[in-house]
Amino acid sequence: LRKNLEDFTGPREKSDLAIVSFDIYADILNGEKNIFDWNVKQLFVYLSVEYSTKNNALNQVVLWDKILLRGDNPRLFLKDMKSKYFFFDDGNGLKANRNVTFTLSWNVIPNAGILPLITGSGQLSVPFPDNYETTKSY
Amino acid sequence: CGGRRRAAMLSLDFLDDVRRMNKRQLYYQVLNFGMIVSSALMIWKGLMVVTGSESPIVVVLSGSMEPAFHRGDLLFLTNRIEDPIRVGEIVVFRIEGREIPIVHRVLKVHEKHNGDIKFLTKGDNNAVDDRGLYKRGQHWLEKKDVVGRARGFVPYIGIVTILMNDYPKFKYAVLFLLGLFVLVHRE
Repeated sequence: LRKNLEDFTGPREKSDLAIVSFDIYADILNGEKNIFDWNVKQLFVYLSVEYSTKNNALNQVVLWDKILLRGDNPRLFLKDMKSKYFFFDDGNGLKANRNVTFTLSWNVIPNAGILPLITGSGQLSVPFPDNYETTKSY
Repeated sequence: CGGRRRAAMLSLDFLDDVRRMNKRQLYYQVLNFGMIVSSALMIWKGLMVVTGSESPIVVVLSGSMEPAFHRGDLLFLTNRIEDPIRVGEIVVFRIEGREIPIVHRVLKVHEKHNGDIKFLTKGDNNAVDDRGLYKRGQHWLEKKDVVGRARGFVPYIGIVTILMNDYPKFKYAVLFLLGLFVLVHRE
């Protein structure tokens, strides 16, 4: 599980906005077995970031998600993806943030039964830039 | 007179039977019925305590979480304070002032150092997040809005509740049949 990304932050009047693009190479497994066993209807896969700021002890934002139905390939090979959802901070805590962690997780939706949330291994922690991008305007 | 009794049970003269039951038997049946209702209520209250949720079982009412959940699916919830709200979780929440609970997924979480949490939700099948659904001026949900987190589910079964809600005649028919069954059934 690997992620590469390039990013820059842009200022809004109140909150930091980050524009992120990323690659995802992932193989979703259930130990040795196929994740799509007889009781798995679909997987809700999502890429989320987690970080701390002065204002908030913990922040989590979902950047991207995808539904994998039974029968779809559990291997993800995605390049140059853009985040589906705006990555706003609740304040200005992204600028110069030393530790923004990217994690791929998935929710197993069974035909009937428990709904587990599983976190993939291979998280990536990235420091954010100290300055805002000034060349673009929003 | 075993043959006569059998014939009475088989034929639709159960009304005669009820009349023939002396008062003691009737009280017995009523107590029996009361016991069944009390046990059911106790189990429900017990579930509320164990899960920490005021509504440990809910029926999915809309298609906004398809293809995961469909109208009529039954969800089992917990609402333990020790489990903090995190992204990706499926929460059932009520918007202030509205009765109907909504089942959606957590998209954003901001937790303060003192433990206060505000979060944003979105239905898997919706194109946009839920801000349009919240109260006017409300941008986030808080712990107090949460009924519970979905931990497990069973498909289809909740359709009965939806039918009973949408067609009151159906509800009365079900209750009538249940009552009939309990009264007529001989232990």
